[in-house]
Amino acid sequence: MSDPTTPRLRPPRPEDLKVFEGLPAAVSGRAKDPVNAPMIRHWCEAMGDRHPAYTGPGAVAPPTMLQAWIMGGLSGHGPRDAHAYDRLLALLDRAGYTAVVATDCEQEYLRPLRPGDELTFDAVIETVSPLKRTRLGAGHFVTTRTEIRTAGDLVGTHRFRILKYAPAAHPAPRPEGAAAGRSSPEGPRPERPRPVINRDNAGFWAGVAAGELLIQRCAACAELRFPWLPGCGRCGSPDWTTVRASGAGRVFSYVIMHHPPFPAFDPPYVVGLIELAEGVRIISNLIGTEPDRVRIGTPVELEFLQVDAGLRLPVFRALPDGAGA
Amino acid sequence: MRPGDELPPLSVPVTRTLIVAGALGSRDFQDVHHDAEAARAKGSPDIFMNILTTNGLVGRYITDHFGAEATLLKVSIRLGVPNYPGDVLALSGRIVSVNPDRVAGRCAVEVAVTGMNRLGRHVSGTVRVSVPAEEPSGGPGAGAGPMGTFPGAGA
Repeated sequence: MSDPTTPRLRPPRPEDLKVFEGLPAAVSGRAKDPVNAPMIRHWCEAMGDRHPAYTGPGAVAPPTMLQAWIMGGLSGHGPRDAHAYDRLLALLDRAGYTAVVATDCEQEYLRPLRPGDELTFDAVIETVSPLKRTRLGAGHFVTTRTEIRTAGDLVGTHRFRILKYAPAAHPAPRPEGAAAGRSSPEGPRPERPRPVINRDNAGFWAGVAAGELLIQRCAACAELRFPWLPGCGRCGSPDWTTVRASGAGRVFSYVIMHHPPFPAFDPPYVVGLIELAEGVRIISNLIGTEPDRVRIGTPVELEFLQVDAGLRLPVFRALPDGAGA
Repeated sequence: MRPGDELPPLSVPVTRTLIVAGALGSRDFQDVHHDAEAARAKGSPDIFMNILTTNGLVGRYITDHFGAEATLLKVSIRLGVPNYPGDVLALSGRIVSVNPDRVAGRCAVEVAVTGMNRLGRHVSGTVRVSVPAEEPSGGPGAGAGPMGTFPGAGA
């Protein structure tokens, strides 16, 4: 975005959003029309709903119409309802989260609504989520809870969640076979991130270059440590030597990454916390297995993966159960 | 009627008319539910069904099955992929629990509902519905049999 006329969008700080939780989204709102037979009929015709309770003398409204009664419609509810909810949505609009989609609706019906019932409602902002990355784009989930009353009696509750999001650049469904996160066929494949090599860990990466996984050993107390650190966590000594890992280990824990996709990574893939035979643990990728076949305790074996011309990484190949140490 | 029982499925053709009639019937005038050009400008390939219509269809699915004496107590849904025109929403349900209702002679049935279309899962949720404790007698009159047996009043 080098266009100088495009304002730089700044995401709202979490505390700017949290303050909205508990604030009213509507106070003493009034349904525009009393519960009425024509609206019930229009609804039932649209839904194809032929429940006999919704027609004729003594008819009740379909309970799922609860929200329809309190919708603002084309004219809206007007400035008297311009409360914290509108300010919150405006704040998210300004931050670039301009699109909205409803994601959840949870309604309880305490008693049937009948033609003639005049409804009032009060709503509160329950939660504003931290920034979430979704298939539609990044955004915040906003949850409200509305209480609907007739002559002061609670007749229903309505919890509603929307996603207020910045539409992704290409939200259209991806062509078949194109997995999320993969580079486009016409563009160069993005590179995996490079390790940051400094004087504290240079020895480790020199070992990787030589095809060895090196563990640090304290020269004073012989404690093994990994990842590499400048001093011993047990006795504090800055002196160390190295031990070459045998390469045997087991899955101590793991996650399967599905989402969000990152450039140069093809989900799903497994990130394992591997306990080496020497007793220290290392985080790396698990290869040679379907992600859903990995289990805690799965035996693994060290391999070096040449990711690209400039990057070699220690990874772990899953072995059949019963193999390995 | 016991936990684990499957409800007969219901297929609802997702026509443009249903999407627009549902949106206006629920007083939802968001343009993405009736104006295809506006929907495309917002990154959607077409108009799509609003959540209130999905909610209404889920409620109808349950009361269609449980019949004239059924009363909805709670409908709780989560949306997944959108319902675009030309698709078919395939609703299915499974009874999760059957408990006594607050009202004597009735029980509260909880049903897990799923609605699939060609893109995947459009809706999942649970519905609690109050029904008479005994099965309706097969006799004539209101309360007899599931809604599916009512003569076909055109929708």
